[in-house]
Amino acid sequence: MTEKAIEISNLKKTYSGGVEALKGISFDVEKGDFIALLGPNGAGKSTTIGIICSLVNKTSGEVRVFGHSIDKELEAAKRCIGLVPQEFNFSQFETCKQIVVTQAGYYGVPRVIANERAEIWLKKLSLWDKRDTPARMLSGGMKRRLMIARALMHEPKMLILDEPTAGVDIEIRRSMWEFLTELNEAGTTVVLTTHYLEEAEQLCRNITIINHGEIVENTSMKDLISRLDMETFVLDVDRVPDSLPDMKEVSFRKRDEATIEIDVPKEFALNQVFHKLSDKNINVLSMRNKSNRLEELFVRLTEKA
Amino acid sequence: MFSKESLIALQSIFIKEVTRYFRIWVQTLLPPAITMSLYFVIFGQLIGSRVGQMGGVSYMEYITPGIIMMSVITNSYSNVVSSFFSAKFQRSIEEMLVSPVPTLYILLGYIFGGVSRGLLTGIIVTLVASQFVDLEVHHWGILFFVVILTSMLFATGGLVNAIFAKKFDDISIVPTFILTPLTYLGGVFYSIQLLPEFWQTVSLANPILYMVNAFRYGFLGFSDIDIVHALILLSVFILSLFSLAYYLLTKGIGIRS
Ligand SMILES: Nc1ncnc2c1ncn2[C@@H]1O[C@H](COP(=O)(O)OP(=O)(O)O)[C@@H](O)[C@H]1O
Ligand SMILES: [Mg+2]
Repeated sequence: MTEKAIEISNLKKTYSGGVEALKGISFDVEKGDFIALLGPNGAGKSTTIGIICSLVNKTSGEVRVFGHSIDKELEAAKRCIGLVPQEFNFSQFETCKQIVVTQAGYYGVPRVIANERAEIWLKKLSLWDKRDTPARMLSGGMKRRLMIARALMHEPKMLILDEPTAGVDIEIRRSMWEFLTELNEAGTTVVLTTHYLEEAEQLCRNITIINHGEIVENTSMKDLISRLDMETFVLDVDRVPDSLPDMKEVSFRKRDEATIEIDVPKEFALNQVFHKLSDKNINVLSMRNKSNRLEELFVRLTEKA
Repeated sequence: MFSKESLIALQSIFIKEVTRYFRIWVQTLLPPAITMSLYFVIFGQLIGSRVGQMGGVSYMEYITPGIIMMSVITNSYSNVVSSFFSAKFQRSIEEMLVSPVPTLYILLGYIFGGVSRGLLTGIIVTLVASQFVDLEVHHWGILFFVVILTSMLFATGGLVNAIFAKKFDDISIVPTFILTPLTYLGGVFYSIQLLPEFWQTVSLANPILYMVNAFRYGFLGFSDIDIVHALILLSVFILSLFSLAYYLLTKGIGIRS
């Protein structure tokens, strides 16, 4: 049995105020994957992550982390995860080194080893010069990197980052991308939430899209991009023969006795489609663009970004 | 339960706590030294010289144990209430919540932190007191036992307060409106035998009276109340507050949504 990094089934969360943040989501993350959890603000990304990392109590449903149920084997599940949360959550008065060493201690890493690891990770994240600086004196990008270093101190199998690049300038964003890619290549599963499609596209192999507390899509980045390049039309026709036309770029589907759906790459010359239909003696009476939930979501996402 | 990992986690919380109050020593360690010096000068020397003796010793000697106890109580309480509340406020509490530290050890880490500050300020105040009065110890064992139990009790109380607190005001309500009055009425500055019978009985409902008197017994060898009684009472209070704090933390009250 190949165990998964994350298995979520029918997860629901209603906050005490009555907000239904998750309406029963299910998805898996493969071991070693680099996956994006994409969705607009308020979609339920942070809630999902909060539940996986025991910061939020779930209302119902099941979560497993590397096979460990968070209800029955919470401690084992926690050891597998390193979390970089959306909001800064360290003591502003402690120094970088204190913060990472203390965190390692919480996982039972002896101090001597914690000090060695602190040097390794703070150096990798260009924070070693700032090791004795109180966290509140760091810039936004440094604080973000400090949280990454802190999350890696117990050498987790999976790193979860909640909007790690929000409000970080482009140069730091790129170096962070590089860092995460290296980490993933070395075997760490990486889960990242973002509301930038570009970021997901650059980094991730797979993508789960969440909106209004529901999973909209859970697929490979490749498939998603190719589908975003397609348009679907609904054609009302006078007859639908058993054998529909056959074209390399276009797929035809019979919807009922008087309707055909076609998927066409964007900017494909449509008259080629009509030629094929004419050849089969099919007359198109009317045609409309089928609204695409995914597409609509992306329009909204890109407007925001 | 007593795994090596858990003990390392406990050590981490404790070191973090101690580092915190040393970092802000001007707010934590210095004030008790100053305030208590004032008490000694004003109540002990100026007023005390006119009061004469109380319980067969000089007034200064009489009030010294209570004043030490007062600083132990305030400091163990306020260390935990401020530290835990600010961990909630800055969300650094999440560092513990995501990690596998057992709840019991989070609780113990904060309590030990508070106890250590209570003891340290107790020692500072004792050193200050020794400039004004010749201190003799009647019973080391009791002294030690009472001071440990008292600081544990108030450290735990501070934690419960911080769990419920939603804003900064909430962490000063209990110290201002409950702890301070109870301490002043807890026989630090007078023997309850000076009170009318009715108020003597009322005073017996004040837990701080027992701690102050038990502590005074450790120094001077006499007390308004029975020592065994006081120790049992203290232990019962600690157990109840500890269980309450453990329950609240396990449930995630005030720390998990
Ligand atoms: N602690 C909370 N209490 C009540 N409602 C919350 C809380 N946290 C988040 N929500 C609500 O839950 C929904 C999902 O929020 P969140 O998971 O933070 O979304 P995202 O991270 O995708 O932006 C939103 O409507 C948000 O207002
Ligand atoms: Mg979020």
